[in-house]
Amino acid sequence: MKGELTLEKKIMLGNEAIARGAYEAGVKVSAAYPGTPSTEVSENLVKYNEIYAEWSPNEKVAMEVAVGASIAGVRSMVAMKHVGVNVAADPLYTASYIGVGGGLVMIAADDPGLYSSQNEQDTRRVARAAAVPVLEPSDSEEARRFTKLAFELSEEYDTPVILRTTTRLSHSQGLVNLEERVEPDDKPYERNFMKNVMMPGPAKKRHIYVESRMNKMAEDACSMDINKVSYDDTSIGVISSGIPYQYVKEALPHASVLKLGLVNPLPKKLIEKFASKVDKLYIIEELEPVIEEQVKSWGIEATGKEILTIQGEYSANMLRKAILGEECEAEEPAEVPNRPPILCPGCPHRSVFSVLKKLKIHASGDIGCYTLGAVAPLNVIDTTLCMGASISMLHGMEKAKGKDFIKNWVAVIGDSTFLHTGVNSLMNMVYNKATGTVVILDNSTTGMTGHQDHAATGKTLMGETTYIIDIYKLCKAMGIEHVYEIDAFDIDELERVLKEETQRDAISVIITKSPCALLKSYVPKGKCVVDDEKCRRCGACLVPGCPAIKKNSEGRIVIDDTMCNGCSLCMKKCPFDAISLEKAGV
Amino acid sequence: MTTKNIMIVGVGGQGTLLTSRILGGLAVHAGYDVKLSEVHGMAQRGGSVVTYVRYGEKVSEPIVEEGQADVLIAFEKLEAKRYAHFLKKDGVIIVNDQRIDPITVVTGADKYPENIIEELSAKYKVYSIDAMAKAKEIGNTKTFNVVVLGMAARHMNYTEEDWLTVIENTVPPKTIEINKKAFEAGYRI
Repeated sequence: MKGELTLEKKIMLGNEAIARGAYEAGVKVSAAYPGTPSTEVSENLVKYNEIYAEWSPNEKVAMEVAVGASIAGVRSMVAMKHVGVNVAADPLYTASYIGVGGGLVMIAADDPGLYSSQNEQDTRRVARAAAVPVLEPSDSEEARRFTKLAFELSEEYDTPVILRTTTRLSHSQGLVNLEERVEPDDKPYERNFMKNVMMPGPAKKRHIYVESRMNKMAEDACSMDINKVSYDDTSIGVISSGIPYQYVKEALPHASVLKLGLVNPLPKKLIEKFASKVDKLYIIEELEPVIEEQVKSWGIEATGKEILTIQGEYSANMLRKAILGEECEAEEPAEVPNRPPILCPGCPHRSVFSVLKKLKIHASGDIGCYTLGAVAPLNVIDTTLCMGASISMLHGMEKAKGKDFIKNWVAVIGDSTFLHTGVNSLMNMVYNKATGTVVILDNSTTGMTGHQDHAATGKTLMGETTYIIDIYKLCKAMGIEHVYEIDAFDIDELERVLKEETQRDAISVIITKSPCALLKSYVPKGKCVVDDEKCRRCGACLVPGCPAIKKNSEGRIVIDDTMCNGCSLCMKKCPFDAISLEKAGV
Repeated sequence: MTTKNIMIVGVGGQGTLLTSRILGGLAVHAGYDVKLSEVHGMAQRGGSVVTYVRYGEKVSEPIVEEGQADVLIAFEKLEAKRYAHFLKKDGVIIVNDQRIDPITVVTGADKYPENIIEELSAKYKVYSIDAMAKAKEIGNTKTFNVVVLGMAARHMNYTEEDWLTVIENTVPPKTIEINKKAFEAGYRI
């Protein structure tokens, strides 16, 4: 990194800084599937005209796009959340053998504390298993710098490199020094059978290389300046990395610290030396004891998860308490009602769920905003596992208990999730003679992650108009005879079709269509209003659980006009015609 | 200067992300080191959300912890109560006098607490405002969060000019004038 010139300082989200680092490193191709907390990496990368960036249908595809671009000879990147790494694991494990042409970096965003995820897995575990190096920044400036470094290391050691971030880093803003973009020359493409064709012969040889690469890197890591030792009070020594390092700085400002920038492979000799100079060694890492287990396996005495947790996020107060025995001075938290997330006013999912609830139908659920259909007041979804699983799990239930068992079941899956991995599961249902009913909640976007386009929206990440994959025709092309497209708010028709299709001894797909109410293109039809004279206060309108409508302290039904999106679901539920739609602009 | 700790709390969708961008911009404008921590993703769908803002000479930790906040800006009063214990002893609360029932209250599983502002006033310096009404007067209810910021501005060490410049640089161009008006409405109270 020679000749760096700081242009200016800017405040940036961790993910925005990662995108900046990739830009400065001369990245040319980027692919990703949205997933909190990784999404903003791609959303910021696409702002740089020099970079081709796409939303791929899933993380496996995205990873393979990046591997292809790397072999072709340019720097390429792929970004995903931690559970996306599982989807991309197949190409990742073998890309580790192939190595790279142009530098190849995977951004993996873990979610300690499960702000928006189904588990709390630690990507470092995957990286160790796949023998891939991992860099871990601890603020926005390091996010930029380490991303650049990741590309250099990738090329120097002929390996994909993972840059691991966590929610707290990805979604924190801090000051970043901007530097110029330096675009390395494209490498010429060369056919290289022994390196790029992973069949047994070449792979056996590459496996030997992978091992030697990681050993060499572990050796070199002892003198890398991103693995930084600072000696102060040697009675306490701490090994830490990433965001937890900031808590160490805050809680133990005088401790001696070994801050690791490269967390896989570990610099064994550096750690041994550091450990020998401090009286008591602590290892402070969120989630799994990945560093701790290795250090202890070398016969070094250290304290970590004995006094800290593998769950959730850390904080400076937590360290003060665990290490120094200091309690923080603060009031007790007040006892207040929880405020869990809910479907928005005007959300089409609520309409579909209200019909399923009425018909007492169980739903095998999936990953998206509509997972909120599992909680009160809807309580429709019984299971949630991972992307695409709704369809395959419904199929498994049928094979376990027979077709009559699933006559009051459906699978529910969003449009983006269907195209991610649901489509394979549906293929399986057709092939293996399933009779289940699949409801595709098509809101024309990837909603939960903040409205990203996908293969059925007609727009690319770069904002270009493109082909629209027609989900109806796709289902038909698989040979499914009974496929329906219904307006998500046409609850009478939806009820009729659901009753019919769940009883049918054949597979059927119901695509409920209505755009997400948060889309910029969404225009509310107006606002719903209650006629107090007609209202009998029966509460039928409250059953779907829209946050814009409630019973006030006098028992009257009121609609908050600042929240209502005019979807009219409450109006349709009212048996006394007491709710009407005041059209917009009237 | 010792590090100043600000928290913005509210309900997902109330615009906490815009206000955190304004506060971040202010710290940069004034030449401070700054860190902000936000919530994206699922909680933004009507859940309880919190943004931490820390600025000063050098900031390490990106979050504010219990007993550390100088100012708590609450866009909804139940959320003010939920996070009040994050305040220092002499901390200040700026609270929008608005009630949004959480789903737990709507379904009858829980009760919305009474007299929140009165109770908080017994322990902290509390400034409350019906920002939604103010924003309606101005002509755009969506600007209520900037009205609240205007009131909070009195308790932070930036000038009125700093605020207006940063608002101008942060909000979408078409909404600059209305947002400046909203800020003034809160600031002049």
